[in-house]
Amino acid sequence: MKLDLLTTLNAERAARRAAIVVTDVASGKERLVKAAEIAKDSLRAALAERLRTGKSGMVDSPEGRVFLTAYVPAPQLVITGAVHISQTLAPVAKLLGYDVTIVDPRTAFASIERFPDVKVIAEWPDKALPPLGIDHYTAFVALTHDPKIDDPALTHALSRDCFYIGALGSKKTHARRVARLKEQGLSDADIARIHAPIGLDIGAISPAEIAVAIMGEITERLREEGEAEPAAAPAPAHARVAS
Amino acid sequence: MLSTNDDILKAAEDWRKGGREVALATVVETWGSAPRPVGSNLVIDGEGNFLGSVSGGCVEGAVVTEALDVIESGKPKMLEFGVADETAWKVGLSCGGTIRVFVEKVE
Repeated sequence: MKLDLLTTLNAERAARRAAIVVTDVASGKERLVKAAEIAKDSLRAALAERLRTGKSGMVDSPEGRVFLTAYVPAPQLVITGAVHISQTLAPVAKLLGYDVTIVDPRTAFASIERFPDVKVIAEWPDKALPPLGIDHYTAFVALTHDPKIDDPALTHALSRDCFYIGALGSKKTHARRVARLKEQGLSDADIARIHAPIGLDIGAISPAEIAVAIMGEITERLREEGEAEPAAAPAPAHARVAS
Repeated sequence: MLSTNDDILKAAEDWRKGGREVALATVVETWGSAPRPVGSNLVIDGEGNFLGSVSGGCVEGAVVTEALDVIESGKPKMLEFGVADETAWKVGLSCGGTIRVFVEKVE
């Protein structure tokens, strides 16, 4: 690999932009295709597919047998609510490889001491969320229980292509939330994207257990997306562990 | 699959820019039960230091040895590890899978 290709690739990845390296494994010749350049590439169909699933793989192409290494951004987790659950959710998500950001305008909650090693923004969602670049590689969870904070944040997340959106609250709380969001003009299809009550049903009680339930559900969504296209051979469970 | 090979590729860049000889190994194909997914990286320097993983520890030693050859020659190599190759490589994957690893020099 040429050093300048590697440098450009790392710059794209640092900016949370996807890219694919096309390697002719016979000659070792390589080129970098940025996500924005895929449409004009001769291998565009194969490249687009790789980008969608985030899976690398060998492909027989008119250029010969090539290896496509798909580099998609690390998943990010955006949370509203610097609450008790977030204190365990953030470290669990970090262990799983997520870039974590917590948004909470209530400065008493959003203190750095309570959240070491996590980006905490003490602003209202309408100000804090747009610069975060919430995208297809983002999971969003609303945990404040406060409609003034959670509702605008959910509305913003729904306007983006997040792979997961979840909101804390009982069925009753969620029913009230659905009513409010509908009043604001959101469609049934939009609202159906919200996972609520949040998390896998594992009987979680403590904040840490709820964090595990939430990350379990997020992981399921993340991997389902990758598996959406039937693989050539079914991968055994331990081959699919996140890298 | 969404993966985070970040530190490894950044290390490859930093090591090379710092003047070290560097090779990059990538898992390009797997069959059966393989410990690390396709696209996983291992970066190796000219002194045999390495970062990352292509097999969860089973064949890293052999990949590092081959990588030193690749650094020397500048020519990429395709390596294959698995049960069938156990005698050839004297290493294998305990999980019973087969993996193919592409090793190239960063230059």
